[in-house]
Amino acid sequence: MSGRSILVGLTVLVLIGLIIWTIIRGRYVARTERIDAVFGNPERALGGWYWIICGVSSVLLIWFYFSWDAARAYVPTAANEMCQVAKLEAAGNPIRSRFAIDERLDRSTTVLIRDRNQLDGLSNSVDKLDMSDTQRAEAKAIVSEMKSLMIGLASPSNFNSETAASVEDIASRLQNLNAQLEDPSYPGEPSADQIAKAESQPGWGEGSDEIPIAPASAAGYKFDAAAKEMSLIAKDFSRIRNTTPEFLTTVEDLENRIKAFEAETDGELKRTVSNMKKLLKRVDDGAIFPSSAMNAIDTGIRQIDATAIDQLGAFHWVDTFLMPGGKITAGSTNCTEQGSGRWLPKPSDTLATLWRLAKPSEGYKGFPLLWYEWRPIGKVTEMLIPDMVADLVPGKYPVPDDQGNLTPNLKSKTLAFATGDYNSFSVPVPMGHVWDSLVRVLLGLFFGIILGVPLGLFMGLSRFAKGYFDPLIELYRPVPPLAWAPLILTIFGIQDDGKIFLLFMVAFAIMVISARTGATGTSLSKIHAAHSLGATPWQILRNVIAPNSLPEILTGIRISIGVCWGTLVAAEMLAGTTGVGFVENVARKQSDYEIIWVTIILLGLLGLMFDLGMRWVIKRTIPWRGKG
Amino acid sequence: MSDLVADNVSMRFTTPTGQTVHALENLNFTLKQGELLSVLGPSGCGKTTLLNIVAGFLRPSEGIFRLGDKEIVGPGVDRGMVFQQGALFEWLTVAQNVDFGLRMRGEKSKDTAEKVEKWLDIVGLQGFGDVPTYQLSGGMQQRIALARCLINDPDVILMDEPLGALDALTREKMQSLVLKIWKETGKTIMIITHSVEEALLLGERLFVMAPRPGRLHKSYELPFAERGLKEDLRDIKNDPEFGQKREEILTMIWDMEEEIMGQVAGSDTA
Repeated sequence: MSGRSILVGLTVLVLIGLIIWTIIRGRYVARTERIDAVFGNPERALGGWYWIICGVSSVLLIWFYFSWDAARAYVPTAANEMCQVAKLEAAGNPIRSRFAIDERLDRSTTVLIRDRNQLDGLSNSVDKLDMSDTQRAEAKAIVSEMKSLMIGLASPSNFNSETAASVEDIASRLQNLNAQLEDPSYPGEPSADQIAKAESQPGWGEGSDEIPIAPASAAGYKFDAAAKEMSLIAKDFSRIRNTTPEFLTTVEDLENRIKAFEAETDGELKRTVSNMKKLLKRVDDGAIFPSSAMNAIDTGIRQIDATAIDQLGAFHWVDTFLMPGGKITAGSTNCTEQGSGRWLPKPSDTLATLWRLAKPSEGYKGFPLLWYEWRPIGKVTEMLIPDMVADLVPGKYPVPDDQGNLTPNLKSKTLAFATGDYNSFSVPVPMGHVWDSLVRVLLGLFFGIILGVPLGLFMGLSRFAKGYFDPLIELYRPVPPLAWAPLILTIFGIQDDGKIFLLFMVAFAIMVISARTGATGTSLSKIHAAHSLGATPWQILRNVIAPNSLPEILTGIRISIGVCWGTLVAAEMLAGTTGVGFVENVARKQSDYEIIWVTIILLGLLGLMFDLGMRWVIKRTIPWRGKG
Repeated sequence: MSDLVADNVSMRFTTPTGQTVHALENLNFTLKQGELLSVLGPSGCGKTTLLNIVAGFLRPSEGIFRLGDKEIVGPGVDRGMVFQQGALFEWLTVAQNVDFGLRMRGEKSKDTAEKVEKWLDIVGLQGFGDVPTYQLSGGMQQRIALARCLINDPDVILMDEPLGALDALTREKMQSLVLKIWKETGKTIMIITHSVEEALLLGERLFVMAPRPGRLHKSYELPFAERGLKEDLRDIKNDPEFGQKREEILTMIWDMEEEIMGQVAGSDTA
């Protein structure tokens, strides 16, 4: 047992304990307050940290359970065991698929119904097509011949004795295999080679293949050997065809008649001819059997399935209860988890992946999630100082003299400063996928707020501003940000500029509307009071209208953050080389569920952090909200 | 002398449906400095319009208002205003509310602290300076509104139903406070009220206004405000003269209301 398994096992037990404890506590608290809180009293919704624990524990427990992490921790050999069973199942699938086991009808019936319908359709289409009467008579004759040929195959009286003998052979081999499965000594002692393979392979989820494929237990060896035998039987089974010499002659005859018919046709009728050929080939397949001809094989394969479950013993219950929502399937070279075991990564693996990605030396695609690097201060200030500053300095940029040397002057020195092109000491600067996403959101939000709030207030106070800007904003706002993305990213580039502008657009509209609502919501008597206290219009804006709009503005910021996150991740998925959305997009292309979940969890945590921050700000800055 | 003079003031509005409403018609009166006027009348008689014109929030359609020699053309610090709901800035503390006017005119908070303390003392809220406004009761908020107005040292104090939202007990205390302030500061005060009792108690002069068009119906000179400075307000209310005046005015207002109802009913049937 590995350390991780022990940890997961204990965690699951603790989670179950926490759920039980919090439910008991919650019920106890509810009982004690029943006297002073009635249904509908909002105070009943206050507090309740233990329900938070209960909720979080439940979600985690469901995650541990449906991702099969609990199964892996408690029964580490289960996957290997089920893999052997899956091998037997996979080997028997070619046989199973011919019978009404996973389907409602057996294959022969399905084929018969389908081909008959198509032949009828063909016959109808012949009626409608433009052709001579003799041609029509011949075409209809061919189709009806094919139909009677096909129906003849399904009749027991035509069943070929040779085919019947092969069916019996397969059935007896299946019975034999069933007996071997029930035999405790089958398939004898494992070879040294097998034992070595079993001992050398890594455990479940430890190696590069998630499930160890070589058998490693008595039952495992048995299923493995049975699977090999089963695949031989299946191979022979698939060779069985229901044909007779007369049948083949008729087919050949029909082929010639179709060819003759084809020679006389042109244009439109070519399609009919190719349909005839296609259907004849199907009939020729010999996949149609009399309905009870292969009952012995059907019984045999069902018996083996039942015996397999018997022989599985306790592992059958592990499979049913600890590995819900899917099963293990065997391919030609490996076994894989299917269903929730596949798309819901195990919490322990996810955490390990997060831990691996969080390591600055590892990161994702060679770029850390969140770390820092030392950069010369010049390269940091460069981003803040526009190069244009140098153009404003009087004089001309230096040109090379006769010796080709440049003599720097004030103008060129300013340019060097603005572009960060000088030696300077280094400072630590944050970097990484998370940081990049964060900076984009914060910058978009920042510009949205400093431009949107003043315009919103202005629009709330001036008929001109409201009328003039309203159509513009109301026309672009309802367009989903992602509909803008292709255009914006094309104009501003796929790097930060485009994304920040896109986020700015999103935040701007929300901030304008919320600031406007805030401004128009200022009560007239407050404005009157401020006027008669001698405040100027500017002072009223600054001291009355702006603070009065603060609740709406803060709510606007809170909404903006949420919408910006959503837009950003989608924009990063469209284009770019860094950011959480980029990570998720690459992971999506590689079907790397673990990393997809890591990004989802990261985004959730960052969003939660932002919202908690905003709640704190709201509590601190506007405790007076709604109390004026 | 900064007397408040109404010179043939009329106010007409046009409603969105195109009707012309005569909110005020040919109003003429002079309020001498230091007088305490209460204005009473049924709803729709133009009381609040009158107050808003004096405050400078509205410009009259005809005629002018003068305070002293100056015509009133807009809001100004010489006319302080107290509203029904306080209209305090709930994001500020009590002290910040009280010295709002002073700060708007460039004074620093630390220089105004003494004045704020003095006025909080007068309205009976000493030591409440740092309390957030939204935590106070309605009566306390109204006291702050008074202090906020008075600290600016206005010539006229305009009150728009200042005590309307208070409970009976608080209301009586506030009435005494208004009288006390009137006495101590010698300000001209104009109070609009719905309560006949309050109008009689506080009004040194009392205007009863009539609606449609809004006009001055009757004017009284009353002794009760002067007496209220010395006597208990409840004793004055029990005075037979007070009772008689109250009945007289109540009947007057009732008649007006009936007349309005009759007009409305008449126009309906016509």
